Amino acid sequence: MQRIGVFVCWCGSNIAGTVDVHAVADALKNEPGVVFSTQYQYMCSQAGQDMIKEAIKEHRLSGIVICSCSPRMHEATFRKTAQAAGLNPYMVEIANIREQCSWIHKDMAEGTEKAIILGKAAIAKVNLNAPLTPGESPVTKRALVIGGGIAGIQTALDIADAGFEVDIVEKNPTIGGKMAQLDKTFPTLDCAACILTPKMVDVAQHEKIRIFSFSEVTEVKGFVGNFTARIMKKARYVREDICTGCGLCTEKCPQKKVPNEFNLGMDNRRAVYIPFAQAVPKVATIDPNYCTMLKSGKCGLCAKVCTAGAIDYKQKDEFIEEKYGAIVVATGFNPISMEKYDEFAYNQSKDVVTSLEYERIMNAAGPTAGKLLRPSDGKHPHTIVFVQCVGSRCAACDERGKEYCSKICCMYTAKHAMLTRDKYPDTDVYVFYIDVRTPGKNFDEFYRRAVEDYGVHYIKGMVGKVTPDGDKLIVRGSDLIGNKQLNIEADMVVLAAAIEPDKSARPLATMLTASMDTNDFFTEAHPKLRPVESPTAGVFLSGACQGPKDIPDTVAQAGAAASKVIGLLAKNKLTGNPCVAKSDELMCNGCSSCERVCPYGAITYVDKEFRMPNRTTLVRRVASVNEAVCQGCGACTVACPSGAMDLKGFANKQIMAEVDAICK
Amino acid sequence: MQVNGYKPLIVAFCCNWCSYAGADLAGSNRLSYPAEVKIIRVPCSCRVNPMFILRAFQRGADGVILCGCHPGDCHYTSGNYFTRRRMAALFSMLDFLGIERARTRVEWVSAAEGAKFAATMNDFVETVAALGENKRLEDLRCKR
Repeated sequence: MQRIGVFVCWCGSNIAGTVDVHAVADALKNEPGVVFSTQYQYMCSQAGQDMIKEAIKEHRLSGIVICSCSPRMHEATFRKTAQAAGLNPYMVEIANIREQCSWIHKDMAEGTEKAIILGKAAIAKVNLNAPLTPGESPVTKRALVIGGGIAGIQTALDIADAGFEVDIVEKNPTIGGKMAQLDKTFPTLDCAACILTPKMVDVAQHEKIRIFSFSEVTEVKGFVGNFTARIMKKARYVREDICTGCGLCTEKCPQKKVPNEFNLGMDNRRAVYIPFAQAVPKVATIDPNYCTMLKSGKCGLCAKVCTAGAIDYKQKDEFIEEKYGAIVVATGFNPISMEKYDEFAYNQSKDVVTSLEYERIMNAAGPTAGKLLRPSDGKHPHTIVFVQCVGSRCAACDERGKEYCSKICCMYTAKHAMLTRDKYPDTDVYVFYIDVRTPGKNFDEFYRRAVEDYGVHYIKGMVGKVTPDGDKLIVRGSDLIGNKQLNIEADMVVLAAAIEPDKSARPLATMLTASMDTNDFFTEAHPKLRPVESPTAGVFLSGACQGPKDIPDTVAQAGAAASKVIGLLAKNKLTGNPCVAKSDELMCNGCSSCERVCPYGAITYVDKEFRMPNRTTLVRRVASVNEAVCQGCGACTVACPSGAMDLKGFANKQIMAEVDAICK
Repeated sequence: MQVNGYKPLIVAFCCNWCSYAGADLAGSNRLSYPAEVKIIRVPCSCRVNPMFILRAFQRGADGVILCGCHPGDCHYTSGNYFTRRRMAALFSMLDFLGIERARTRVEWVSAAEGAKFAATMNDFVETVAALGENKRLEDLRCKR
């Protein structure tokens, strides 16, 4: 018989507000096995934990039940408390009377009654608990960073500087991500390239970092500390080890009409190309969709001019398998498509651009070499209208847009407006906004400078329609403060498109079994306390894949993710989850049902000798679970026809006891 | 929740990674659902043996709901696919056992779907309450 202690937490008024904690503690006193029952304001506090420790010693408790918040919140805390008092940490059960009781019920009697039942179920379970000892598994001291934008770069650098090997997998031919496309960065107006490209070079030169550019992760197996990833190096038809990046091939290639992705299709590149001058690795890539040699076998000019002999038309996709201890997701974001926004005439007029396109136009390395010229006729625009929140903060029913705030648009629009007025004081700049959101260090000051020092016209209201009229764009919008309709004859319209997670994130999440929210952003293990960890152990989040973020936030989060990875890789051994499957050899009939359903291949069959009557022996084939590989899902326990397979910590008897306690 | 004055007893099995977290999120957002719902945490929906569901009915539960991650999003890669097949098999036998089919349900609720969790529970409790007490399978030897 267990000697169980029950500890009911008030959680201030969070629980005590709708649950009579004294009544709960009293009611649970008489449950089977309970020898001690009490309540306290904050069980998780130092005083509360000390109280638990003392009770364990004083009453010689063999198991404890904490009626408190969700086990996802403090199960680990209370297990440590129990361990400190000499109790096996797996003799602790939590009755969730906050998230699943006091917070959702308003009636005191109802809440109290439910809390008592939840407490009884936990007591029934702990009565059948047995001490468990976790197994240990080794840690592969190498990290995988998926995505080579500023988030991935910073995470990789921080991990590598701590002395661990890092591989970066980037799907594009170069690392750098969105930040490489930016002109200046708010609120300091540093040039993005000037602060990013040195970091890209650091990555390339770091002895602990390998870059797999133009590559994708196609398969991930394993678990924390012991992942195996399969990486596909897509054929770039240029030998990366030989190419010097001289760029001769990109000058001689006769196929000149390929839309340049780096400039968002606003100018053209060749079929063999280096995305931009500072690309890392600085290696040419042949685009098989446009290369005449790859399409029809006629040309071969690049191979002729290449002095290094790096061109290889027969190159194939290459697959690499590598082991990792931790995986960092840094897949970033993209602006949403403006195709469906007909009211802003994005499809009708070339002079309606997105903010990222405007960024390229303003960039000295962009399609206009940094001169502000209209994409349609190359003339200098005199009136520019910026429209904010295009696709952000939409009503839930609007399928084109997103419900959330994209966070970065207010600031980059202020930056664009300010830079435009700074370079071209003859240009009138209007900004239509719903709200201007500028939380951040020196952000509001920055926005006010745009208004006060640079004379940008900020108009509270939305744009209803943009109509091309000759070489002008008629912008119809409402001025909510002036309470009037405006018709502005503009030369250019810039749309602050909402941002969304990269399309590669969803399949990656499935591969990693990492969870996502309804917008396809990765969810964190805890929104406040564990913001850079995925709920899946060993998977970490860096940058905008977790939610909209500007560069300072991204870099901060990237460093945070790196420190979590370093903390993991610094360990030589990981203690596993002891709640794993266990087969009763006497009951196992060797049918292989469990082996077939195990997603980890943790079950093998061994021949085992059993003693029989009259000193005979019998050799039978029985299931054996590899505890280091088993993750404890329990699929095998249900598949087992003879009931030999059970799951420690969630045993059949324990769950049945909970059912019985609830239904009593 | 009461329909015709009857408060049903509902057992909800929730997987640790998605639905239990979804239930926590419903709590954090203060989205209420009936107190008749009592949640049992399991590592994965595939841990739930159909016997557990029958046991609950035998002991007097009026409804049993099983919640797991969305197909394809299982923390254990494929657990919820097993759940789906096993429960399809169990549900096909319920009529034979004398339990109305509407007393059981499998729902996919992710960790981000607190609102869906609450809405699902409200709907399920209403359905079960309308069916009234589950008398048929209750073993008379097991007193309530």
